[in-house]
Amino acid sequence: MKELSEVIFVEELKYTEDHEWVTGSGATLKVGISDYAQDQLGDIVFVELPEVGTVFAKGDQFGNLESVKAVSELYLPVGGEIVAVNDALGDAPELINQDPYGNWIVEIKPSDTSELEQLLTVDAYRQLLRG
Amino acid sequence: MSTTNVPGVNGIVQNEPLLWEKGKKGRRGMCVPASDVPEVAFPAELQGKGIDFPDLSEVDVVRHYTRLSQWNYGVDTGMYPLGSCTMKYNPKINEKVATTPALAAAHPMLADALMQGNLQIMCELQEYLATITGLPGVSVQPAAGAHGELVGMLIFAAYHKSRNSKRTKILIPDTAHGTNPASAALCGYKPVPIKSGHNGILTVESIAAVMDEETAGIMITNPNTLGLFETNIREIAEIVHAKGGLVYGDGANLNAVMGIINARKCGIDVMHLNLHKTFSTPHGGGGPGAGPVCVTEELTQYLPAPRAEKVGDKYQLDYGGPESVGRVHAFHGNFAVLLRAYSYIRTMGADNLKKASQLAVLNAAYIKEKLKGTLPLAYNRPCMHECVFSDALLQEDKISTLDVAKRLIDCGYHPPTIYFPLVVHGAIMIEPTETECKDDIDQFIEVMKMIVREAKENPELLRQAPQRAKVRRLDETMAARHPCLCG
Amino acid sequence: MRYLPHTDDEIHEMLAVVGRKSLDELFCSVPDACRYEGTMGLPAPMDEWQLTDHVGRLAEAMQVNHTYNVLIGAGSYHHNIPETIRTVMSRSEFLTAYTPYQPEMAQGTLQGIYEYQTLTTRLLGMDVANASIYDGASALAEGLLMGLRVAKKKARVVVSSAVHPHYREVARAYLEPTCYEMVELPVGPDGRTDLSGLAAIGDVAAVAIQSPNFFGVVEDLEALGKEIHAAGALFITSFTEPLAYGLLKNPGTCGADIVCGEGQSFGLPRSFGGPGLGMFACRDEFVRNMPGRLVGQTKDLDGKRGFVLTLSTREQHIRREKATSNICSNQGICTLIAAMYMSSLGGSGLAELARLNYSKAEYFKAQLRAKGAKIVFESPTFNEFVVEFKEDFQPAYERLLKMKIVAGLELGKYYPEHKGRYLFCVTETAAKEIIDAVAGEVKP
Repeated sequence: MKELSEVIFVEELKYTEDHEWVTGSGATLKVGISDYAQDQLGDIVFVELPEVGTVFAKGDQFGNLESVKAVSELYLPVGGEIVAVNDALGDAPELINQDPYGNWIVEIKPSDTSELEQLLTVDAYRQLLRG
Repeated sequence: MSTTNVPGVNGIVQNEPLLWEKGKKGRRGMCVPASDVPEVAFPAELQGKGIDFPDLSEVDVVRHYTRLSQWNYGVDTGMYPLGSCTMKYNPKINEKVATTPALAAAHPMLADALMQGNLQIMCELQEYLATITGLPGVSVQPAAGAHGELVGMLIFAAYHKSRNSKRTKILIPDTAHGTNPASAALCGYKPVPIKSGHNGILTVESIAAVMDEETAGIMITNPNTLGLFETNIREIAEIVHAKGGLVYGDGANLNAVMGIINARKCGIDVMHLNLHKTFSTPHGGGGPGAGPVCVTEELTQYLPAPRAEKVGDKYQLDYGGPESVGRVHAFHGNFAVLLRAYSYIRTMGADNLKKASQLAVLNAAYIKEKLKGTLPLAYNRPCMHECVFSDALLQEDKISTLDVAKRLIDCGYHPPTIYFPLVVHGAIMIEPTETECKDDIDQFIEVMKMIVREAKENPELLRQAPQRAKVRRLDETMAARHPCLCG
Repeated sequence: MRYLPHTDDEIHEMLAVVGRKSLDELFCSVPDACRYEGTMGLPAPMDEWQLTDHVGRLAEAMQVNHTYNVLIGAGSYHHNIPETIRTVMSRSEFLTAYTPYQPEMAQGTLQGIYEYQTLTTRLLGMDVANASIYDGASALAEGLLMGLRVAKKKARVVVSSAVHPHYREVARAYLEPTCYEMVELPVGPDGRTDLSGLAAIGDVAAVAIQSPNFFGVVEDLEALGKEIHAAGALFITSFTEPLAYGLLKNPGTCGADIVCGEGQSFGLPRSFGGPGLGMFACRDEFVRNMPGRLVGQTKDLDGKRGFVLTLSTREQHIRREKATSNICSNQGICTLIAAMYMSSLGGSGLAELARLNYSKAEYFKAQLRAKGAKIVFESPTFNEFVVEFKEDFQPAYERLLKMKIVAGLELGKYYPEHKGRYLFCVTETAAKEIIDAVAGEVKP
């Protein structure tokens, strides 16, 4: 597993305490998991994605990431409707390990953009990992 | 100890393809009797195109499975100290008993009068298990430990329903077997996890704090999966009973306490046993086992039906009443497994069963004492039939519990249970059982010490292990990412 | 005691190491109030020879033993078992191994299960088969629960009443504490499931049909499957006699989504009903909802082929209360036995044996008809069929029992409407003379 100094952060993204990232600020947002999260999970072998059109509240579980011997639940950082899922992950879940910031998991249309303000900045997230 | 003295050395390991990669169309591996009746055509509209099985000769098939068997390791090969699994010796006479032609050929739906022998065996085994546990009602129908757990939960549900008591939760300690939450969930109970205390056992207070009248009861494994006796079990049971709940005892670890404890006196209402652990029936590479369920007199009416009973000098099946949870197996459970356990109990008798538990505990305590300077103990308390170490020291050398386990394979041992229980980091859980002799245990201890030394001196030996098995470490990630489940 | 290797000296040495004075002292953490009082009241131990005698007496107490011709199937079948199976499958490397948690030292079991999974998919015409469930009955119960998971948000499952009565009982027991309901479909006068009531049931996740059904009748699975799918439900099929697929269209060909049944016919003795072999298969898209273990192919560090347990995240030890089932074993050795049986027969042998079984039953039917008995269901059957006699058959049954023939199963206990009718079964093990003897006792 990576030392904290080896973990990659992307400055312009917003983060959550569940180690997800969010990008975009307008009509839709893309959600993925952080480098720290993929490193902790190890080799991801399966991504369970929601159906497009489903509406979730902030904090709802919308999917799962599976490694060989663990299942991690995915929670929606901001409430809204799923407008797209990253189908490429179906055949190649390893993409998340290879490039966690280049491979989003779902795209949502937020119900309430003010929820975005509750997300963590990169500094706050870095601070969270330092503990 | 030098590496040349360990039991595992290279053997004659044959290569063998998959069944359908060998053979030739037109070969046959068993006789089909010649027909003595006129052949009748089957209606064409319902007929299939034929099944694509490989055609093999008898020699092809026999060599195939003989070679496969040589890639396996069993209790008859060597020590198998897999914690929580009670890999004791499986007596050979029990295999012969299980294949007794008159018993093994029996059809399960004959009239009682025509199958007295088998009913007598079922009935007597029920009595023996009742005697051993102290719980008088027994069903031998459940086919495995998890199946027994499910029956236990069905009984909980039926009991509460009969009292018009709606209960939605169940207490499950963190030292319980992983199956417990899944079994409870099948009956609609939401598991409430309970943390064990600082010394590895449950505290009375932790139960008192959460037990309420919406909770169906508790599932306790005793001795628990840390190999520790739950000393407070009676007080815990009293709290659960006072709120109208029931106590489930997971009997997977009964091998530690036969003739030592009485489950009824511990406050247990329902308990399953694993005949394939405690009563020495072979595991068969994953099954079949048997998971009889024992209950208090009060709960007997809820047991699965039918059960065998003796009326006068005849044996018969009792189909139970409306309170019974019903049937959980097509017939009478895994009867051939029951026969082996019956045979074992008749061979051992009361004193030897108790002695088996004592020696199982002695062997584990001895290993714990001898290895505690080599590996850190998870809890330094008197252990029962198994002892649990952590990987705290190994981590310093960047060696994982998995590496130690794989190195044990090269040394000719089946590794202990690893990474379980979850409450211990990198757990190494050793259950030697009573059938290992002191010499073999001493040798195992020396090998463990050697491996821990190697972790410092030659860590690559561990990281690259196993090198002497049929295959090297397998890519489980690839297997899960791109499942290839049939050829 | 020959299973307990410790000498007294060794016990003392070991006690000294652990700092205890006696074996009893090892249990100092057990409170007095929990202790077993006195000695367990079990019979005195027997040596190997006494035990052999004792078991011999129990065997004698079986009035119907292996020398009888038992013409009952009903989920437990008498087929020839080649000696190769008994000899090779009693090898202790297979028998005394645990679940293959350490794949490097369990490749025998793992490749064996992988081969079993493969042969099972070919037999049933399905995409994927698991490493087995306890028996046919629990396989059906698990199949129904899986159907409910796949369908999501539907509350009912429908089961044909021509499914083995015990299987239905097991399914009911599994479903009892859940919020789901099980509804049964009637059987028509032709002995086949009558689906006409399905549309009225509603909220149906899955429909389960057994073929050949409990009466031996071959269901028209293809037609049923179409109707069930048209009703928006999953199509589950069950079976008790897998040999039938040597002749019949298999469930996969007929559109089944989930197939679950009993594999005892493939090399396992009747053994009073257990152990059996719960065969379980489904279509690819449902694999993550499947209960039970799966073995998959992979490679080792050197690129060599090997096998591991896989897709474990479905299972109880990882997903705990959210697992697809609580099962944490399979029928291990029984899967290897079944695979050895299937491969010993081969594709051509399976077809030949199935045809022989079919012809025997047809011959039996013809002999009974000639005596004026009625074959209750005129639809095609496999191995088994229901007979109605002109007069009470019980006296003939008793006479045949004296001739060491168990002549069928009276159905009143299972289907009151069929009281006095008998379900017969013949396999390749019933010689023509036995069939003739039964027909000979029927009063025209």
